[in-house]
Amino acid sequence: MLKFVVRRLLLLVPILFGLSVLLFVWLRALPGGPAQALLGERATAESVARIESLYGLNDAWYVQYWKFVSAAVQLDFGNSARTNRPVAEEMARTFPATFELAVAALIFAIGIGIPLGYFAARKYGSWLDNLSVSGSLLGVAVPVFFLAYILKYVFSVQLGWFPTQGRQDPRMDADHPTGLYVLDGLITGNPEASWDAIMHLVLPAIALGAIPLAVIVRITRASVLDVVHEDYVRTAEAKGLWERTITRRHVLRNALLPVVTVIGLQAGLLFSGAILTETVFAFDGVGRFIAEAISNRDYAVLQGFILVIAAIYVIVNLLVDVSYGLIDPRVRVR
Amino acid sequence: MSLSEIEATESEQVEQPAGNLRKEAWKRLRRDPVALVGFGLIAFFVLVAVFAPLIAPYAPDAQPGRGIITPTNIPGPSAEHWFGLDASGRDEFSRVVYGARQSLLVGVVATLVGMAGGLLLGVLAGAFGGKVDAVVMRIVDVMLSIPGLLMAIAIAALLGASLWSVMIAIAIINIPVFARLLRGQMLSQRGSDYVLAAVSVGVRRRPIVFGHILPNSISPVIVQATLTLATAIIEAAGLSFLGLGSADPRVPEWGRMLADTQRYLASAPHLAFFPGIAIVIAALGFTMLGERLREAIDPKYRR
Amino acid sequence: MTSTEPLLDVRDLSVTFTRKGGPTVRAVDGVSFTVRPGETVSLVGESGSGKSVTSLAVMGLLPRRGVQVGGQVLFDGDDLLTLPRDRLRDIRGRDIAMVFQDPMSSLNPVVPIGVQVTEVLERHQDLHGEKARAAAADLLARVGIPDPTRRLKEYPHQLSGGMRQRALIAMALACQPRLLIADEPTTALDVTIQAQIIELLKELVQDTGAALVLITHDLGIVAGLCDTVHVMYSGRVVESAGRRELFARPRHPYTGGLLGSVPRLDAPRGAPLHPIPGSPTDVLRWDRGCAFAPRCQNRVDACTEGPPPLESYAGRSLRCLNPLTESEEVSA
Repeated sequence: MLKFVVRRLLLLVPILFGLSVLLFVWLRALPGGPAQALLGERATAESVARIESLYGLNDAWYVQYWKFVSAAVQLDFGNSARTNRPVAEEMARTFPATFELAVAALIFAIGIGIPLGYFAARKYGSWLDNLSVSGSLLGVAVPVFFLAYILKYVFSVQLGWFPTQGRQDPRMDADHPTGLYVLDGLITGNPEASWDAIMHLVLPAIALGAIPLAVIVRITRASVLDVVHEDYVRTAEAKGLWERTITRRHVLRNALLPVVTVIGLQAGLLFSGAILTETVFAFDGVGRFIAEAISNRDYAVLQGFILVIAAIYVIVNLLVDVSYGLIDPRVRVR
Repeated sequence: MSLSEIEATESEQVEQPAGNLRKEAWKRLRRDPVALVGFGLIAFFVLVAVFAPLIAPYAPDAQPGRGIITPTNIPGPSAEHWFGLDASGRDEFSRVVYGARQSLLVGVVATLVGMAGGLLLGVLAGAFGGKVDAVVMRIVDVMLSIPGLLMAIAIAALLGASLWSVMIAIAIINIPVFARLLRGQMLSQRGSDYVLAAVSVGVRRRPIVFGHILPNSISPVIVQATLTLATAIIEAAGLSFLGLGSADPRVPEWGRMLADTQRYLASAPHLAFFPGIAIVIAALGFTMLGERLREAIDPKYRR
Repeated sequence: MTSTEPLLDVRDLSVTFTRKGGPTVRAVDGVSFTVRPGETVSLVGESGSGKSVTSLAVMGLLPRRGVQVGGQVLFDGDDLLTLPRDRLRDIRGRDIAMVFQDPMSSLNPVVPIGVQVTEVLERHQDLHGEKARAAAADLLARVGIPDPTRRLKEYPHQLSGGMRQRALIAMALACQPRLLIADEPTTALDVTIQAQIIELLKELVQDTGAALVLITHDLGIVAGLCDTVHVMYSGRVVESAGRRELFARPRHPYTGGLLGSVPRLDAPRGAPLHPIPGSPTDVLRWDRGCAFAPRCQNRVDACTEGPPPLESYAGRSLRCLNPLTESEEVSA
């Protein structure tokens, strides 16, 4: 098992190296050159010169690359051209928000997706099955931002059940020691703040979780359909086991293996969706910050955020691989 | 035993040569209502795009409602303006119709370019193996380590806002998908009986790759291309939603039309509804056809 | 043989599969046989003969969708086909147990062997925890698995093919069933292991007094094990007889063909084997005549004019219009 983990960790090295080269080259290929890119459009000649010497942009390329990597390892990505604050500080502010949103979206997608996929498979050909199949087709065809609009219009604007935007009512007097607002409310003994944060999370989480939901339903259904035809399920039936033992121990434990992989992939992809969802709901997280960086050509922010998100993405997938090894004994031995 | 005996007739099809299988798949597809609906949606989408000037009553940048529009009064659907007017007094229906052109163009070009790039890398990796394979696959790994939309954003930022940069960005993020697919196909087929047979009678590498392996990999590539068309259309809309589409705001793009309505969601929801539905129709058509195509071609997905 | 009431009485069993958009297939057609306590009975036939489907129908393990089962399966006087599902679950694994063909795919790959044994004990004998584990270890030891306590924690892929089949047998025997159904229990195993498993089954059946229904295509296995043999072809029984009579004097040309295609120790060296011509897919529908007629060397015109009846005489049954005579036996 340890060997397995180490080997997976070693695979990270070339990926992270390639990623850093890619972003290093990217910043230098931007129109106007790196200094201009880092400073934004209104940069004066002096400030460009100052940045060039500060970042050693006149050094040989390998020196520049080395500086870039050693800075990146210390999470030093320079300052945001828009807010003029260190990129790392902006990350510390925005990542907890998006993490909270992503967790909520995954809870929604997994909590509904696995049971729905399971029952669709067990009731193969029924209305529930047809509904979940067509729903999962539709789910991947609806753009995240359009779904977000619909939810916002129906449930916030028309029905008024949920707030239209933000993470918390600004009038709410709440402290945020962790940046995870739901958790913060509980820690600081302010359950009302937690509840308010949850209400703000519902619609964005549904919008963001829709695609993972569609994918999870489909994979679970297909996987359960495969597994119920396996010989070992027939063996379990032949033993006269109770239906729920067969479901839990023999069907689900096998059927969920591919689902775990898919959940890992989807968890990484949530960042893409978050850019759009957070924009619609003015949800102050990574996605919205990136979207604003785009329209302001805030390249220092883009560079730093992309690098960190990609690193998170590969690490999440590594964790999924490792946990896969934990549930599937056949992988563990290899 | 029991069930496999009964299903034997079905699994035997796997052993059939590709031509037969394809005919069989085609037959199955023509009777599949989901595939037919998907095909119908695609046909509708393509026809609207091609004949946009004939269908749309106004030019996309004409402002027939210029005088009546105020920020608080954006008329919805009426007999004269089927989808209502937008915030600049333009005919929403005409803009949605013209938007199909951008969407189709971006989708098709991005998919074709991405497919071509991916096939090239995949063939290189699969045919040469060894070091070439290792290098190509590491590149693919790196590309896949950045979530698609983020990668597209980075590329589009590099190239500046234009329709072309959207196409190129989406093409690039689809390269690794096709590269992996084709490499996988080639690796699995390299060990297959018919390739071994060809090798054993002394056929050289190039004829094997181009004469045997590639033709047999075409079906999954077509399936992937169909599904990619759907995601490309959605991704293009996403980029244009974020302001990375055409630099000219008068060009009707569904994604940007949605972004522009952000402020008027409460007063003029129709402005979000119609372009949104248009994206769904286009993407759903390709998704439905692609999924069913995959099931028809690969018995493993059938159920 | 004890002459008590039959333990299992299968009467006129039929199984029909319907596939959407496909033809209906009658996999089992009017099959009847009985198994008395402690008796070993064999169903023999090529793949597609309906023998496995018969065993699954008895166990109630056929999919409910697209399958019609007719006739009666009386176990202890209860018709298993009409029994409520929960009662059937009580019987399965406790009174009737089953061993399957492929021990790899028949064991759950992600659950330790021990759990797969103890779950039967927990379900039917209310044994839990340490007691159940001890009982499971005993069972593994009994079927000849060395170091059973360690094996309990292992997963199926860590065992050899023969060990897996032994583990499956241990699970089947966990509750001392009165009837054991073994469906091609050795087909997926190496030849040397096959003999060991058959020997094990024979021994266990003798020790526990369980009745055995052995499903196989291999008459060689039947020879050493079974009291009564039913030969099936294309869903129907074509010949039934005691083991000795059947081997000494096969009457149905298909039985003769099966025997002729098995190497025999008492045959002179170099004597040729005689495979049955054609394949099991060359069948006639039974309502149009004898299904075996297209492959039969004893075929006469009457064979394709109508279905031959199953006629019983002198303790055996035969479905043939032109059976083998003494001189033709084992068509040489």
